[in-house]
Amino acid sequence: MQLTNRSKVVSDKNMTLAEGSYLPAVLKGMAVTLKHFFKRPATIKYPEQTREFSEVYRGKHVLKRDENGAERCTACGLCAVSCPAEAITMVADERKKGEEKLYCEEKYAAIYEINMLRCIFCGLCEEACPKQAIFLTKEIVPSDYDRDDFIFGKDRLVEGVDASKRIDITKRQDR
Amino acid sequence: MDMLFLLDKTVIAFIAFAITLLIATYSTYAERKIAAFMQDRVGPDRAGPFGILQPLADAGKFFFKEEIIPNASDKFLFIAGPGIAMLTALMTSVVIPWGDTLNIAGREISLQVSDLNIGVLYIFGVVSLGVYGIMIGGWASNNKFALLGAIRASSQMISYELSMGLALIALIMMTGTLSLKEIVDQQHGMNWNIFYQPFGFLLFVVCAFAECNRTPFDLPECETELVGGYHTEYSSMKLGFFMFAEYINMFISSAFMASLYFGGYNFPFMDSLGLDQNIITIIGVFVFFLKIFAFIFLFMWIRWTLPRFRYDQLMRLGWQYMIPLALIHLFATGAVLLWADK
Repeated sequence: MQLTNRSKVVSDKNMTLAEGSYLPAVLKGMAVTLKHFFKRPATIKYPEQTREFSEVYRGKHVLKRDENGAERCTACGLCAVSCPAEAITMVADERKKGEEKLYCEEKYAAIYEINMLRCIFCGLCEEACPKQAIFLTKEIVPSDYDRDDFIFGKDRLVEGVDASKRIDITKRQDR
Repeated sequence: MDMLFLLDKTVIAFIAFAITLLIATYSTYAERKIAAFMQDRVGPDRAGPFGILQPLADAGKFFFKEEIIPNASDKFLFIAGPGIAMLTALMTSVVIPWGDTLNIAGREISLQVSDLNIGVLYIFGVVSLGVYGIMIGGWASNNKFALLGAIRASSQMISYELSMGLALIALIMMTGTLSLKEIVDQQHGMNWNIFYQPFGFLLFVVCAFAECNRTPFDLPECETELVGGYHTEYSSMKLGFFMFAEYINMFISSAFMASLYFGGYNFPFMDSLGLDQNIITIIGVFVFFLKIFAFIFLFMWIRWTLPRFRYDQLMRLGWQYMIPLALIHLFATGAVLLWADK
């Protein structure tokens, strides 16, 4: 019975003289390697060149601010609950008077940490978020020497206030 | 006059030494680059433009690596091993004729360190000594894997030396001399030995691959089977010496093959160009190095094409096929020579 059309009949017949001398096969192999010698390398020289990313690539997370520059996250903890890798931890705090410009609701995340070594970049946190506060971006999490340095706090997750420092996530929103 | 002669030879010996080391150094770079190209990669390209400084970085790394001498090893032999390997590899370059004679200020200067009348025999002798470096290194390590690697290496080298010698005797019967210089001179112009003894050349190339421990005959150091082969216990520059000796051997056997079968520094139409003798000689040196580089490329090309032989296959090929074939070739050459004499 034949399951595919790629099967080959195997036999243990003795080699012919030409096969036994190995030479034709050696020359054939050399022709193959020589052909590859003149082929363009498939390498992308990473730090200088980067490969093209998908518009909806799931890379490093960003914590968004609203149009007034206030943090959207209310520390509800839904992202942490939805995270299959249990990479997200947070500590909530109450907004004081005079901090209205910093946080958009009365409750905010005083500490918000994502362990990038645990994260599997599935995007479930994004889906769980009711405030549109967390998104995955096209940025890659850089390599590092120390495990502790992979726990990203708010200093590395929250986007800047200036319009130039905002991170565009419309492509992931429209998805 | 005698002093000048000595001075000439010293200068040539030093230049040959320096060039041998330089080419061996850059063979490592070439090997990595060629391997990369054949596998559709880029290869080392970070140290300097196109990674041209990579060999220097590698050498620097070797110097700064920790030097480990195992407690159970024989310390003297452990250190002597790589030294012998390196020494014998470097000694062979003495009889290679790098070029014809230069005529400077009325003096003839031969671009060969020493024109021994038994040059071919000398190379064979020194190359056989190279086995001792590997054998001593493997034995002194006091490590089973290293010893196995060393035994493999020495039995392989001894087996293939036989058929190599037999292939060469056929050539020597034809040329009638053991002096490399005379053999090269006989191939003046395009009168190369490869056209008379293509089969002998084939035998010789296969044996040369085995002698240099290059793929498909790199059994002595097969990383996947013997951890690292005879240099399992070696580190830092002593390991570097072993590897370096291998590349020097590759360079020397390329030079040896180029001068025995491919006319050495001779090139076609060298007489009809109407150039000065000195210029012809200098072009000849470049032509010779071109041939050597072609052979080194062949060595590497084969390495990245063929997988390794199994050990019993290697021995069967050596004893059951190569030696009988070399013997038949030897007798056939003798018969043809006798017939041509009549």
